[in-house]
Amino acid sequence: MTMVYDEALDRFEPVLGLETHVELGTRSKMFCGCKTTFGAPPNTQVCPTCLAFPGSLPVANAAAIESTIRIGLALNCSIAEWCRFARKNYFYPDMPKNYQISQYDEPLCFDGYVDVEVEGQTVRIEIERVHLEEDTGKSTHVGGATGRIHGADYSIVDYNRAGIPLVEIVTKPIPGTDRLAPEVAKAYVTELREIMRSLGVSDVRMEEGSLRCDVNVSLMPRGSSEWGTRTETKNVNSLRSVERAVRSEIERQAAVLADGGKIIQETRHFHEDTGTTTSGRSKEEAQDYRYFPEPDLVPIAPDTAWVAELKAALPELPSVRRKRLQAEWGLSDLDMQAMHNADAIDLVEATVAAGAPAADARKWWMGELARRANETGAALADLPISPAQIARVTELVASGALNDKLAREVLEGVLAGEGTPDEVVDKRGLQIVSDEGELLAIIDQVLAGNADAAEKVRSGKIAAAGALVGGVMKASRGKADAARARQLILEKLGVSE
Amino acid sequence: MSLIRKTAAELGSMIAGGEVSAVEVAEAHLDRMAEVEPKVQAFLHIDRETTLEQARAVDARLRAGEKLGPLAGVPIAHKDIFTTRDMPTTAASKILEGWRPPYDATVTARLREAGLVFLGKTNLDEFAMGSSTENSAYQVTRNPWDLTKIPGGSSGGSSAAVAAYEAPLSTGTDTGGSIRQPASVTGIVGMKPTYGGSSRYGLIAFASSLDTPGPFARNVLDAALLHEAFSGHDPMDSTSIDAPVPSVVEAAKNPDIAGMRIGVVKEFAGEGYQAGVLARYHEAVQLLESLGAKVVEVSCPSFTTALPAYYLIAPSECSSNLARFDAMRYGLRVGDDGTRSAEEVMALTRAAGFGAEVKRRIMLGTYALSSGYYDAYYGQAQKVRTVISREFEAAYQQVDVLVSPTTPTTAFGIGERADDPIAMYLADLCTIPSNLAGNAAMSVPVGLADEDNLPVGLQIMAPVLADDRCYRVGAAVEKALESRWGGPLLKEAPSL
Amino acid sequence: MSAITRDEVAHLARLSRLALTDDELDHYATQLDAIIEAVAKVAEVAAEDVPPSSHALPLTNVFRADEVRQCLTPEQALSGAPAVEDDRFRVPRILGEEA
Repeated sequence: MTMVYDEALDRFEPVLGLETHVELGTRSKMFCGCKTTFGAPPNTQVCPTCLAFPGSLPVANAAAIESTIRIGLALNCSIAEWCRFARKNYFYPDMPKNYQISQYDEPLCFDGYVDVEVEGQTVRIEIERVHLEEDTGKSTHVGGATGRIHGADYSIVDYNRAGIPLVEIVTKPIPGTDRLAPEVAKAYVTELREIMRSLGVSDVRMEEGSLRCDVNVSLMPRGSSEWGTRTETKNVNSLRSVERAVRSEIERQAAVLADGGKIIQETRHFHEDTGTTTSGRSKEEAQDYRYFPEPDLVPIAPDTAWVAELKAALPELPSVRRKRLQAEWGLSDLDMQAMHNADAIDLVEATVAAGAPAADARKWWMGELARRANETGAALADLPISPAQIARVTELVASGALNDKLAREVLEGVLAGEGTPDEVVDKRGLQIVSDEGELLAIIDQVLAGNADAAEKVRSGKIAAAGALVGGVMKASRGKADAARARQLILEKLGVSE
Repeated sequence: MSLIRKTAAELGSMIAGGEVSAVEVAEAHLDRMAEVEPKVQAFLHIDRETTLEQARAVDARLRAGEKLGPLAGVPIAHKDIFTTRDMPTTAASKILEGWRPPYDATVTARLREAGLVFLGKTNLDEFAMGSSTENSAYQVTRNPWDLTKIPGGSSGGSSAAVAAYEAPLSTGTDTGGSIRQPASVTGIVGMKPTYGGSSRYGLIAFASSLDTPGPFARNVLDAALLHEAFSGHDPMDSTSIDAPVPSVVEAAKNPDIAGMRIGVVKEFAGEGYQAGVLARYHEAVQLLESLGAKVVEVSCPSFTTALPAYYLIAPSECSSNLARFDAMRYGLRVGDDGTRSAEEVMALTRAAGFGAEVKRRIMLGTYALSSGYYDAYYGQAQKVRTVISREFEAAYQQVDVLVSPTTPTTAFGIGERADDPIAMYLADLCTIPSNLAGNAAMSVPVGLADEDNLPVGLQIMAPVLADDRCYRVGAAVEKALESRWGGPLLKEAPSL
Repeated sequence: MSAITRDEVAHLARLSRLALTDDELDHYATQLDAIIEAVAKVAEVAAEDVPPSSHALPLTNVFRADEVRQCLTPEQALSGAPAVEDDRFRVPRILGEEA
């Protein structure tokens, strides 16, 4: 039994916690020189070190250390003056050494924060730590009905992913989000994703697993100040799922508590298809990871001058950039938020950079193109049209060569792969009718066919001109310049506005 | 004089001068091995043809005018804990039986590059855990001085091979004394370089923060030549020191110790030490004084706690290092009948594939790292490690090197301590502090104990990256004793 | 009183993935008890204000450049594997969490 969200929130307050794993986009792995290409044939990107062959040793990737420090700085963290890797010991077939090289009580970055905007409110998410570790291999489960681990006959393991650098970003507990908890969780992961992109440290593709999120949720009864038992939901693999997982877990926990039940501290799995979580295997005994300092690697002591340099060289962070662009473009908070949600900011910015007025750029991306993307289920950025091409279309409209209706047709042509905007205009013959002779001929034809309307206009009912202009547009198949046609019609009928 | 009686330096120059070929030298040693191996059992893997092929290749490189090091063509016995592309690598464990690594350890690669010829892989205590080589899953190696005695451990195959004149040189690894103690009980020279002075890449890990590859030889100069051949910075090992190798060959050739300050470790003598060991040790100290060294007594009170600290740190690291032997990617797999889970197969394989001492240490280390025990055991042991390093530092303010007996007793009997782990652990009492502090340390033979006519070793300890001091003092002792004895202590392996 | 019980030894064996028989558990319980008693001597060193040493030497900041090196071929990688399928390591069914 679950409880509906509103009812759950009437009785309980949620406390969130988010653990996000980001696969860094380094050329080579964290502790060896193997390639990191996604989707390579199985076990082609492996060596003695990432297969944990006897005698092999790790050597830390300098670029991964630098990226982690930059992430920490972007999240307003302090950078450790001295810290060590640690071994997290547990047996699992996709982890070659049966320990993961991670960091334990000495993370590289700690005590930061990130601000996210949700429904006009700024929520500060405090970051507890940012540390560096290594990814595991990938098991495929063979046999059994579901292809899932339970019920499988055996598994086959590919270690290409084993040892890819993984940054773990852990928030402090986030109380006080109230009804916005799901939205805050989503906004936070979205913000992290943008920060990673702006830093250029990861391609942060949730569908490829280069950004993965574990969601911790606990509830406390309203009026209480004592936090409840939390669960950790894994397998949350899209931004939408982050939101749904939080919502579903709040509803589930609320129902359990309302029935007088107890929340068990456990790992749960999120299922995309149902939008619900299920319990992971209850462990027969508590995990004891026996962390200890990794003796094969020496401590990291980042030079403070170097850290200061990295900090100075950080790119403009997404939230700062959004504020700047909002001011430059003169947009309301709501409009800006809508663009942010639609992932349109980069595209609009690029379109403006290519010469389009901001208002036009926004109009096209958030209007016609957003509609098209929505229809096909594609991301805006994946539409087969470039910001430069949009800029060209706005230029053609501004010069009077196209009107809005024709411009939409041009976009359609570009999206259909018919070429550049200019090529589409040529091929489809979409140039506005600017030859006055041709236009006058059409007008004569329309006036002749609409004697009543013409008479009304002559007698001073200028509003009736609209129908005549419409007739001209129709007869020209939209290619006429409507304003000019109106002007000529009025002249011919001997009236003025 | 037959080729097997020559020193490595002599063989190297004979081969370089074209007096003898690498193949002839290899054959002489392979013949010796064929003769004495049934008694000594130092080797786990011998492949005459692969060895001769290597020797032929070295001869060809030399004929082609390639500039190789002073040991080109000299045969060597290689501890079976270093990975080798062309020979199996087992660490004397059933769990790795038949495993052929697809890569060479850095030490292996450097020896190949320098033109040394591998005679085979030598026996050891399984995963280097032990002081007698009795913990090998395959065979018991005998001490060439007395076949009823242990050859030391864990590098007992390597010490026995050199002491039995099967090889002029061999490699070892020293985690708590695994080079120095076998050298001591077989009457040869063994050196534990400064930690990080020789690469651990391709050395199957026992305790990562302690393991150190080092040389065995029958004399100090040969050990120095081998030391130089494989030591030095390795970018594949993060704990490798990026500094020049101390000039150990130079030091071995210049055994002048006049004016050197030598500290006698007060704590390493007295109760629990065999009388014959102490007698030879005290004579050696007097000898050093007679050579012009200034001898002072130095107290390092925490050194007696090094042994318990070691038996927490090393098992802790080993419990984690050996987790990779899980039947998934290589090695033994037991009980995979299609119904058992990976967890069960791992546990059955590890139970069947590891010997008793290995299991004991894995469990001890798991215990020491467990939540609730970490601070009292592993954490406290690491603090003791700091205290011991500080005592070394304080001592080296006063003296250039420290000396002690290498082991409290001479070689003990096979089987004698097999059922008493704690008694076994005492063999490393004097050697462990240098491992904890990462210092350089050597064992050189200083005579035979009166009561059993078995070799006694002198341990010479020096600060980090002062390995050359061990060689200087070691060579001085060797030179003085050889002139007293009229030749090397080990003129021949007495029981062969 | 003994420092370690048989149950604790059984727990350690499970954590270490060692399938031990009852006899072995008894045997190891006795031995580990004696060893733990002996190594407990580390507590005698007054080291409260002393920092722990995880490494023999105080090296820091050893890194490699982010450069790709030659990988093994799948044949080399799988050459010692107990079981192989489709260029992957074949392992018995895995109990535990869905990753």
